[in-house]
Amino acid sequence: MKMIIAIIRPEKLENVEDALRAVLDEGDNFRLTVDTVQGHGRQEGQVELFRGQEVKPRMVTKTRLTICVNDGYVEKSIAAILKGARTDGAGAVGDGKIFVVPLEESVRIRTGERGATAI
Amino acid sequence: MLVSSALVLLMVPGLALFYGGMVRRKNVLTTMMMSFVAMALIGVQWVLFGYSLAFGQSVGGAIGWDPSLWALSGIDMAKTFGDKAIPELVFVMFQGKFAIITPALISGAIAERMRFPAYLAFILLWSTFVYDPLAHWVWAEGGWLFKMGVLDFAGGTVVHIAAGVSALVLALMLGRRRDFEKGAAILPNNLVLTLTGAGLLWFGWFGFNAGSAVGIEHPVAGASAALAFTTTQSAAAAAGLAWMLMERWHHGKVTSLGLASGIVAGLVAVTPAAGHIRPGWALVLGALAAIACYWAVQQKSRFNYDDSLDAFGVHGVGGMFGALATGVLCFTPVAGVVSGGSWEQLGKQAIGVLVSTAFAAAGTFVIASVIKLFVPLRCTEEEERDGLDLHVHGERGYHFDQT
Repeated sequence: MKMIIAIIRPEKLENVEDALRAVLDEGDNFRLTVDTVQGHGRQEGQVELFRGQEVKPRMVTKTRLTICVNDGYVEKSIAAILKGARTDGAGAVGDGKIFVVPLEESVRIRTGERGATAI
Repeated sequence: MLVSSALVLLMVPGLALFYGGMVRRKNVLTTMMMSFVAMALIGVQWVLFGYSLAFGQSVGGAIGWDPSLWALSGIDMAKTFGDKAIPELVFVMFQGKFAIITPALISGAIAERMRFPAYLAFILLWSTFVYDPLAHWVWAEGGWLFKMGVLDFAGGTVVHIAAGVSALVLALMLGRRRDFEKGAAILPNNLVLTLTGAGLLWFGWFGFNAGSAVGIEHPVAGASAALAFTTTQSAAAAAGLAWMLMERWHHGKVTSLGLASGIVAGLVAVTPAAGHIRPGWALVLGALAAIACYWAVQQKSRFNYDDSLDAFGVHGVGGMFGALATGVLCFTPVAGVVSGGSWEQLGKQAIGVLVSTAFAAAGTFVIASVIKLFVPLRCTEEEERDGLDLHVHGERGYHFDQT
């Protein structure tokens, strides 16, 4: 089992969800956690104007997706996220990152099931 | 007049919103408190002895004094005030609102770093020893600037210059915010509040300016109020437009805060002139004031002083500009240059500007220095970093992540 954490542009969320649904939904929806995060990479903050002064915040706001999948779905999920989150054309600085992390255990709270069927 | 008084009081929450939206989230409540608390503190001071100092029997044209006015106890409820068709208490209350909002303006310069107890002590002493005497000099019949013929319809000198200059002095005495020093991004937490505040301020300003026709003899007062209302509207509108255009030219974008600031600059500048100039000239006054204040606000980075919310840049500079412009553009009760008169009025206005500037600056310096002997003016580094709301008031402005 793996946990896939993707940091993407907020406006790409819908695209990525649609792409993931095509890959992961097997009749009973798919599982996804989304939150809003701040950070910076090569991309810099957008300049804002405040009383005539130009202000550049250090951080950029992004959306973070977390999905947990069985090993067989990892590559398919990564491909789906890339398709949904990459800026049209050749992509752009700020498109984001995907991290794959080994997942030790997955438990369904409703039934107490564990493992591959509970992910 | 009661409505006008209420309108002016509404400007205090309006100011609280205007300033509150511009600071960082961790300081939003503190900033708003500094405006709100003036209503409580100066509200009491005014009734007890503020009114007496400002408008009591003149002692040598320098200050008012009337023991019978302590807690307004000696006021005859039935008698009308002077030659006005209103009871004296109405006049007391109307003027009281001015006394309340003026010190609150100062809070704009020292936002995010002044200790609350020191602030309370400061506005109480400032109101008593700077505002009340200045109001007496300019507006009381026995006041020496009034007798000299300095025109100040609704408070360009008494309110805006005094507050603006005091704000600058206090800002310099307190020093720059840590994050200002570091050049860190200090962004407003809620411009929606700021715009709402600006709207309330404009609305309330009609009470501030048009209501000040109470100083004109009845029955001409009605016409004067109508003129003041018109010039107030005109100057604000022209100023908003001018600031927008300046910004577009200077930065390529028109900001909402810029429009709000321009509007306020126009309102400030027309305050001393409201009942003295024609509507057409009010448009010119507003536009020029916006340009002057826009330029003044840019100087903060040049001279590296931290007037957090531009109390001096807008109120100080706007007030000075407006007070001087009154001398040039007036047509009643005296004629300024554009109405075929002489430069004499401009000279008198200049005296008013110089006196209010010097007195406010000196008074602020002395009062703040005295307070510093007893309590620190500035908050600690930890309080500044964490934000004053939690440390001073034990509250958070927002709990957005609450379920």
